[in-house]
This record gives sequence, C-alpha cells and structure tokens, in this order.
Amino acid sequence: MNSRKERILSIALVSPSILAIAIFVYGFIGWSVRVSLSQWKGLLPDYTWAGLKNYIGLFSDPRFMIDIKNTLIFTFTFMAGCLLLGLLLALLLDQGLKAEGFFRSVYLFPMAISFIVTGVVWRWLMNPAAGTRMSGLNLLFTNLGLDFLVNQWHTTPKWGIAAIALAAVWQMSGYTMAMYLAGLRAIPDELREAARVDGATEWQITRHVIWPLLRPVTLAAVIILGHISLKIYDLVVAMTGPGPGFATDVPAYFMWETTFQANRFNRGAAIAIVLLVLVAILIVPYLARTTTTEDES
Amino acid sequence: MSAQTDQTSRSLSGIRWTRVLLYAVLIGFAVFYLIPVYILLVTGLKSFDEVSLATMWNLPSSISLDSFVKAWTGGEAAEGFGGLASFGGLGKNFVNSLWLTIPATIISAMIGSINGYLLTKWKFRGSDILFIFLLFGMFIPYQSILIPLMQVLSAVGLSGTMPGLIACHVIYGISITTLIFRNYYAAVPTELIEASRIDGANIFGIYWYVLFPLSVPGFVVVMIWQFTQIWNDFLFAVTVIGNPDLQPITVALNNLAGSMIVEWNVQMAGALIAAIPTLLVYILLGRFFVRGLMAGSLKG
Repeated sequence: MNSRKERILSIALVSPSILAIAIFVYGFIGWSVRVSLSQWKGLLPDYTWAGLKNYIGLFSDPRFMIDIKNTLIFTFTFMAGCLLLGLLLALLLDQGLKAEGFFRSVYLFPMAISFIVTGVVWRWLMNPAAGTRMSGLNLLFTNLGLDFLVNQWHTTPKWGIAAIALAAVWQMSGYTMAMYLAGLRAIPDELREAARVDGATEWQITRHVIWPLLRPVTLAAVIILGHISLKIYDLVVAMTGPGPGFATDVPAYFMWETTFQANRFNRGAAIAIVLLVLVAILIVPYLARTTTTEDES
Repeated sequence: MSAQTDQTSRSLSGIRWTRVLLYAVLIGFAVFYLIPVYILLVTGLKSFDEVSLATMWNLPSSISLDSFVKAWTGGEAAEGFGGLASFGGLGKNFVNSLWLTIPATIISAMIGSINGYLLTKWKFRGSDILFIFLLFGMFIPYQSILIPLMQVLSAVGLSGTMPGLIACHVIYGISITTLIFRNYYAAVPTELIEASRIDGANIFGIYWYVLFPLSVPGFVVVMIWQFTQIWNDFLFAVTVIGNPDLQPITVALNNLAGSMIVEWNVQMAGALIAAIPTLLVYILLGRFFVRGLMAGSLKG
C-alpha cells in the first residue's frame, strides 16, 4: 500500500534513532570490551593489548568475590521480599474494596522517588548505634517492647547487604504488586465462579486456579527485579558505601570507584562487561520470548 | 427466629469480620510504607532545639521551617564543624534539575512519538527485529557504556555540561519512549490511517493531523515516566557533572548527606525537597505513572 517514496522516507526518519542506539549502545559496548582487554590505567587512554589479564585479575580479587556474594544475598532478599509482599498485597487488594485506589497509591508511591532519597532516609531508620545513642527503627522497636527485632542492620557481619535489600523492597514491592494486580484483573471471573460451583474453597481457587495463571507475571517480575538487583548502585551509595571489609560493596560500586576514582579503566571496563553479560543472560531470552509471542497474537 | 435467618445473619457478620481484618492488615502495610514519610516530615518540621535522635519518633511541639530554609539556602556546617566548613544549599541544584529534566523530557517524548508512529504505521521488513534491537538498550547496565560515553563527551566538549547530560538522557531514553508510543499507537485503528491516505495525506500529514491530536494520553505517560527517571537519576549525573554548582539535586543531596557536616534534620528536609516534584506528579497523575511502569515490564 505504501508508496516507494514514503517507504524510504519512513526508514530515513527512524534511522537517526537506530543509528544513535547502534553507536551509543552497541558501539559503546564494543568499545568497553576493547578497554577491558587493554592496559589503560591512568588518565590517558592506552589500548595496548592485555588479553584476558583484567578478567583473570578480577576473578582472583577477593573484593570481587565478596561483591558476587553480596549480589547473591541482595538478589535473593530483594526478590523474595518483593514477590511475597507484592503477591500478598495484590491478593488483598483484589477483594473489591471501596478504598482500593487509596491503598494502591500508598503502596506504590515509593516508586516515584529516587534511590538517593530512599537511601538517605533509610540510613537514619537503620541506624545501628546502641545504648543511649539508639535511634531509628531500633528505638521504635524498643519503645514498642519488640526488643527481639533490634539488630545491627547493615553492620551485621556477613549479612549487612540484606539491610540494603530491605530498603529496596520498601521501594519496589509496590511495583510487583501493580504487576500482580494487572495479572489478576486479566483473569476472567467465570473461572473463579466455575471453581466455586465445583465446591472449591477460596484458598483452593487461589492455589490451583489463580496462581498457575499468574506464572507469566511472576516470570516477568523475576526478570525485572533480577536485573535491577544486578545493577543496584545509587541505594548503596546513599546508604552505606562499600562498608568495612566491603560488607555492603556491589559490582556497580566497585566499577565506578575503580574507573573514575582509581583511574583503572581496564579493570573498571572488565567489571562493567561482567555485569552486562549477567544482565544479558537474564534479559535476552525474555525479550525474544515476549516480543515473539506478541507478534503471534 | 427460624434457623435460616439465623444462618444468614451469622454469615453476614462473618463477612463483616473478615472485612475488618482485611482493612486492619491493609492499614498495617500502609503504615510500613508511610514510616519514612512520617520521619521526613516530623524531623524536617522540628526546630533545631527540638531535634534529637532520642526523640526522633515524637511529633514536633511547634512547626518550624528552619530545616527547610537551611537545606535550601545553605549555611554554616553543623556544630563541631562550625567555622571549618559551610555548605551551599540545595536550592540551586533544584533549579539545575529543572533545567535538566524539562528539556530532556520534552525532546525524548517527541523522538519516541515519531519512532512509535513509524514502527507501527509504516512497518517495513525487519521493523520488528529493529524494535528488539532498540529495546535491549533499555536494560543494559549503563556502566558498560560509561567509559566510551565520557571519552566522547570530552572529545566534543560536552563533558561536565548540562547539554551533555541532557544528551545522555535523550539518547538512552529512546528505547523506553519508543516502546510506550509503539504500544499506544498499536491501538489506533489502521483504517484511520488508510482513510487519510486515500484523502491524500502524506506521512507527515497523517502524523500531524491524525495521530498527534490522539496522542495526548501517550505524551502524558511518556513525559511522566521520563520526568521521574531523569529527575531521580544519579549515575549519569554523578559521572558527567563534577562541578557542585551545576550538579542536579540527587548528587547534591548525596554529597550533603554523605559528608556528615550537616545536621540530620537538614538532611531530611533536603531529601523531602528532592522528592517533592516527582511525588507531586505521582499524586496528581498517578494513573498515567502506573501505565508507564507497566510498559517498563513490557506488559503495555
């Protein structure tokens, strides 16, 4: 139907964006890979070939091993928290309440503010100081007689990073809730009705009818939350920084410090590429699947 | 009283009790989400004399805006640092963020709209593959392009400047804005486009007279999304702009809070100032915000 001229015109109009992405995403990734294979230390670029030396050095660096461990703990805490809380809140809100809109807005508002603001506030809430200098949530727990909840937050040995994940759960669980709510709304009422007629209890309906139908939402949430936790940076900066013994260090923080403070561009690029590969493993199959099923429908 | 009505009233009161329980649980969660807001507000509104960590959960006895004034205009560092250091207020950084966010949001919305139009209404062979190619840009960790980006910005003289930072947000916003507009325009019937073609409209005419007037909700969703993302961004801002006078508010707030030379009530007031614009947008236009959010998970 389109005339030849307009067809060419439409390609010409979309090509600046395509070109920009080709250069600034794909070209720059290639450039970063090249830097990660170089000997560039210091302010002036040095592309002398170094092979895989930077990657080998990285994987034998104890700090990077701690970062990987921290990322795993963070990802697990963050995902478990967001998925459980998100699903629970969505199920509670899907009961046809008058005040649903209000509660939904309250649960979702942290998504509108920055990780920096979240970090500044939660740093004070999770103040680990004890005794007369006790404050924040620890003070609240003590006042409420919930002393068993008092803890050292991000200064807890080995698990400090989980405290940062809790702040991230506060920020992002509303998002998971919104995803689950959209999923629940897409399930036709007839399915629930049919199960009820067959004598199923509400719990059985949730467990055997609703939950399997929510599986695609859960998958999407795992992918989205997973790639956010791999990239987490701002929240760590605002809450703790790398912490003593790198207790709350993450790869993204390590990368920035190595590159822009220590000027070890080769090592920084290697960290960035490892991060990119991890994100790509998570995202690419999902993108391919989502976009192809979209086309079939 | 017959057995039947007895049973009905029992199940009615059963429903009422589960409702009460449900609301109690929902209110409990609402408290959890609102605790940081409470702390931000009560701390920010206390006078300097009244601020103390031991009484941080108490309501202020009188309202004072001193913390907000100090966070906005700057002043002497906290006691113990007095005379040694001072800090510039967040006011100028707030204005910097506006100068960054508004142009970047408008430009990236326009680019997204045109791309979305071309990729849905002027499909060419390979346009779907191209779309996946564009989408990946939305998910990459920006660390993996940061080193070349800084090299190029310095080479063209944009390093450390606001136009440089605006360019970053526009370029790396292409993916998400195109995605949202593509989903939005996919719902516009192709018959409408065909009809205007028969009436003699060309590629620009169709966009300008047919699609653009229908695009207001799409623009609202995209602009809210980009406004929130750009206002809240930290990584690009801290990497591209080193000069404290030019920094956006997220970077300045982090410096203010991280240096520990300022009273914590001033930090809280600063955090609230940094959060207000996006919170206002959320409160006023939350519906559209959620739509952008859903597009981000590809479920537009």
